[in-house]
Amino acid sequence: MHQLTLAEIARGLADKSFSSEELTGALLSRIKQLDPQLNSFITVTQAQALDQARAADARRASGETGALLGAPIAHKDLFCTNGVRTSCGSKMLDSFTAPYDATVVAKLAEAGMVTLGKTNMDEFAMGSANESSHYGAVKNPWNLEHVPGGSSGGSAAAVAARLLPATTGTDTGGSIRQPAAFTNLTGLKPTYGRVSRWGMIAYASSLDQGGPLARTAEDCALLLQGMAGFDAKDSTSVDEPVPDFSANLNASLQGLRIGLPKEYFGAGLDPRIADLVQASVKELEKLGAVVKEISLPNMQHAIPAYYVIAPAEASSNLSRFDGVRFGHRCEDPKDLTDLYKRSRGEGFGAEVQRRIMVGTYALSAGYYDAYYVKAQQIRRLIKNDFMAAFADVDVILGPTTPNPAWKLGAKSSDPVAAYLEDVYTITANLAGLPGLSMPAGFVDGLPVGVQLLAPYFQEGRLLNIAHRYQQVTDWHTRAPNGF
Amino acid sequence: MALQRSDVEKIAHLARLGLNEGELPRFTDALNSILGLVDQMQAVDTSGIEPLAHPLEATQRLRPDQVTESNQRDRYQAVAPSTENGLYLVPKVID
Repeated sequence: MHQLTLAEIARGLADKSFSSEELTGALLSRIKQLDPQLNSFITVTQAQALDQARAADARRASGETGALLGAPIAHKDLFCTNGVRTSCGSKMLDSFTAPYDATVVAKLAEAGMVTLGKTNMDEFAMGSANESSHYGAVKNPWNLEHVPGGSSGGSAAAVAARLLPATTGTDTGGSIRQPAAFTNLTGLKPTYGRVSRWGMIAYASSLDQGGPLARTAEDCALLLQGMAGFDAKDSTSVDEPVPDFSANLNASLQGLRIGLPKEYFGAGLDPRIADLVQASVKELEKLGAVVKEISLPNMQHAIPAYYVIAPAEASSNLSRFDGVRFGHRCEDPKDLTDLYKRSRGEGFGAEVQRRIMVGTYALSAGYYDAYYVKAQQIRRLIKNDFMAAFADVDVILGPTTPNPAWKLGAKSSDPVAAYLEDVYTITANLAGLPGLSMPAGFVDGLPVGVQLLAPYFQEGRLLNIAHRYQQVTDWHTRAPNGF
Repeated sequence: MALQRSDVEKIAHLARLGLNEGELPRFTDALNSILGLVDQMQAVDTSGIEPLAHPLEATQRLRPDQVTESNQRDRYQAVAPSTENGLYLVPKVID
């Protein structure tokens, strides 16, 4: 039963091949049996999940239908879940039980999804390896000595190991797409504003976006359908009609114009990944796509700009964790300043502290123009590059990452080395564009992802291309040994 | 211009972040390495480029000035480290 995709589960529940309670019970025991190897869950909500499953079965028995009714999900542990610990992977929030549901959580629960638990993540979503979690590193099911990527590493590892068919993640600089690539999944970062950020613990508010991780594009379409939509409670939510993401999955790719940015194939890219990306392009050409070389000349400036904008916003967002209203508080503070400093010093891990410090520095008097304004100007140059490219092509294709998943600990002593691995994903966050990573082969037994980027609000186009690709390839169907 | 230990102490104070004394040298090195990466921005000619704050250039929406939330103080204070009579407790600020 654990091999089923979300789409297959929807059919099985509809034709009564199994109940949600049976499915939920089977997956919960699989999590119990296999997750100790992976550490992909921070919290498993067993009793609540079984209650939700029975409620979903009752709704179906009373005539209700719906693709997500009774289907399992787990949420990255930065989505607030009413009455359930929401830790954000941090000691700071180890004892924090959210008093309300994030909009995404509420929408999926309303659609009848059964929440199996909360998945592990880099602390406050800061990281690309899921090694900065207070709850320990997550292992990649394809090779337990390697990282699963991050920051949505637990969400990715759990789905890759067939513990459940789909999870939610968030993507600020690649945190859905990169772990999807590292674990042979399909992962989608929607357009900025497409999915509500309300109840998502903020890292960098102008970049953060929630989205689905699953094994197929078809499943991502189903899940995105449940997540997307305008939300008045999110001040940057965009009031844009939500199309039926599953309706055009099979649309023809005849005449589709794909742009290959030459900057995505330069120095630093593992040549074996370059070959696999070219092979995926050949498959898409066979489906009718036409390919054109393009240029995104400012891509190289994205990482420096990101490491100003994201830490600056983080230093502001994380100021709310002060030991007063929620979260960790130090013992016996001698005064208010001591309370703030020790609570934050004890509650935040090293990577979070580094980013708060960088952000505080960049925003401090005398440095604001040289750092923050400069980074925002570069942000516009990057957006302009994309707008110019999309005048000539429908989508942009390249590798999701320059290298496959690295070994646990390999980059933990040098933060900048890890930052550079996000070179292909960060631009979509700076420009706010939708991006998808899909499985495209293996290097040394480790999965490789291909990234597709589209103009604003064209998630449906990305899902269509990935689905057609997945009809003629079988990379996405491969499962890791032992899972 | 690399940050010195005293700069790092000053930034940590601005951020209200109590750093471990023994880790300051390593922390200073890490920050300098990150700022070295960030400083690559200075080579980019951005003269005349308008800063971009929101990818879709959206502006803040306004809503009617009406009460939409009910009072849930007890519920929201249940997660606080220390409260009394609906107030958050902190160490004495004024003697």
